[in-house]
Amino acid sequence: MTGSVTQRVLTACLTPVAIFFFAFWLLPVTQLIALPAAKGWETYFAILTDARYATSLMNTLLLSLVVTAATLVLGLAVGLYLAKPTVMGRRFLLSLLTLPLSFPGVVVGFFIILLGGRQGAVADLFEGLGLGRVTFAYGLTGLFLAYLYFSLPRVIASYTAAAQSMDRSIEEAARSLGANRFQVLWDAWLPQLLPTTAACAAIVFATSMGAFGTAFTLASKFEVLPITIYNEFTNYANFPLAASLSLSLGLLTWLSLFLMGRWTGGRVAL
Amino acid sequence: MKTRSPILVTLTMIVLIFMISPMLISITAAFLQQYSRGLSGGLTLDWVAHVFGQYGSTVTASILIATSCVIGNALIGVPCAYALARARGRWARSFEEMLTLPVAVPGLATGLALILTYGEWRDFRQSYAFILVGHMVFTLPFMVRTVSAAFQRAEIASIEEAARSLGAGFITRFLTVLVPVVLPSIVAGSLMVFTLSIGEFNLTWLLHTPLTRTLPVGLADSYASMRIEIGSAYTLMFFIVVLPLLWLLNLAATLTQKRYGT
Repeated sequence: MTGSVTQRVLTACLTPVAIFFFAFWLLPVTQLIALPAAKGWETYFAILTDARYATSLMNTLLLSLVVTAATLVLGLAVGLYLAKPTVMGRRFLLSLLTLPLSFPGVVVGFFIILLGGRQGAVADLFEGLGLGRVTFAYGLTGLFLAYLYFSLPRVIASYTAAAQSMDRSIEEAARSLGANRFQVLWDAWLPQLLPTTAACAAIVFATSMGAFGTAFTLASKFEVLPITIYNEFTNYANFPLAASLSLSLGLLTWLSLFLMGRWTGGRVAL
Repeated sequence: MKTRSPILVTLTMIVLIFMISPMLISITAAFLQQYSRGLSGGLTLDWVAHVFGQYGSTVTASILIATSCVIGNALIGVPCAYALARARGRWARSFEEMLTLPVAVPGLATGLALILTYGEWRDFRQSYAFILVGHMVFTLPFMVRTVSAAFQRAEIASIEEAARSLGAGFITRFLTVLVPVVLPSIVAGSLMVFTLSIGEFNLTWLLHTPLTRTLPVGLADSYASMRIEIGSAYTLMFFIVVLPLLWLLNLAATLTQKRYGT
């Protein structure tokens, strides 16, 4: 049936994308891969051998892992709540919570400055309580909250959709057998939500690893890898090093997505 | 269900406050004469007017780039999606996987790579086209995958076969039969591409020049160097121009889905 389409037609259909992709991604990335060699082979391993970059990598990894865990827990809670048919105005709540889906990372960074910056709402609030002007925007806390803000809408949307299509009879059965709230969560809900959890974890981790706009806006004192790369590129004009570091970051991010996809047996939804 | 869950309610409320309060602060701050004095300092439209005059062009640029990105990706992506759906082989799978690499690899790496290869091509480097190709490479897989999934549906193959047996040539078949059938998916893919392009920063920050600035680039600039009132007024532009636009597109996507969807 499909054999009726000739090979020639298929090739013609593929050619524009193939040319475009080769010219604007494959070729440039190949040059990026070749670049660190100009400064010697050891440049490829700079992320491991140079203490400063290794620290930056560890910072990024740990932050991304913590953000992923926190986003999953909060997103799961909100998703389970919004999926309950009895909750008043849940569609409205869901649309409010998913509104930031389209916000660029820079806007999220600005939001955190409005909350926890020098002129922030929290500073005013704490001063009013006589606790001094507390600021948290420019350090690890600010970065954590910004990444969390960025990731939550996606995860909430996925969990709400998944929880709505859950098989409620398993839950009813568990309850009638006397299972408490956490047993229901653990035995009836989580197994059904596992694919969603895996997909969300992969996406949140990958976006956190590569997040540049948020960290850039916060001008964070806590240095993450995308900022390190950007500094090498603009401030020190060290292209081979910037290339090496971004390759390491790219490889790591791609690998985590790939492994997660393999582990869940399907492709992780982009 | 009458089960109460105090933990879920509490967490949801905390998340809601965390997500909503900065939006409200930002919207309010855009109209304050002086941010530090709050509402008592009085209200003004000056910041908004200033931002519209000064940075309105970045909004136009972003909308144009996102639109071109959708058109370009539809033109090259839809035939590609068709070919990938029909060609069943290892290489087709690998090709599809390869197309998603720009999404898995951080935008910073792609941006550096593009500058490395095309940085010396002055006219290209200094035009919006440079940003456009970056956006297209990054959003292409969303178009291809969405549409390819639609082409794979069995009933589409039989519709195509029927058109062929009636003597329609490939191009006629493709344009008058296949494309209309997968239109809802093309619209859905376009919506994704548009949304991603209009908010893209990681790549764009590297690719932009002082003369080619998009909305997120301008925003980052204003956050770094301007007062909070201006940053807020600029963010307001995003709220009142981009969000309604996205809602409209979303509505259009839902309507096409209802009208043409099966």
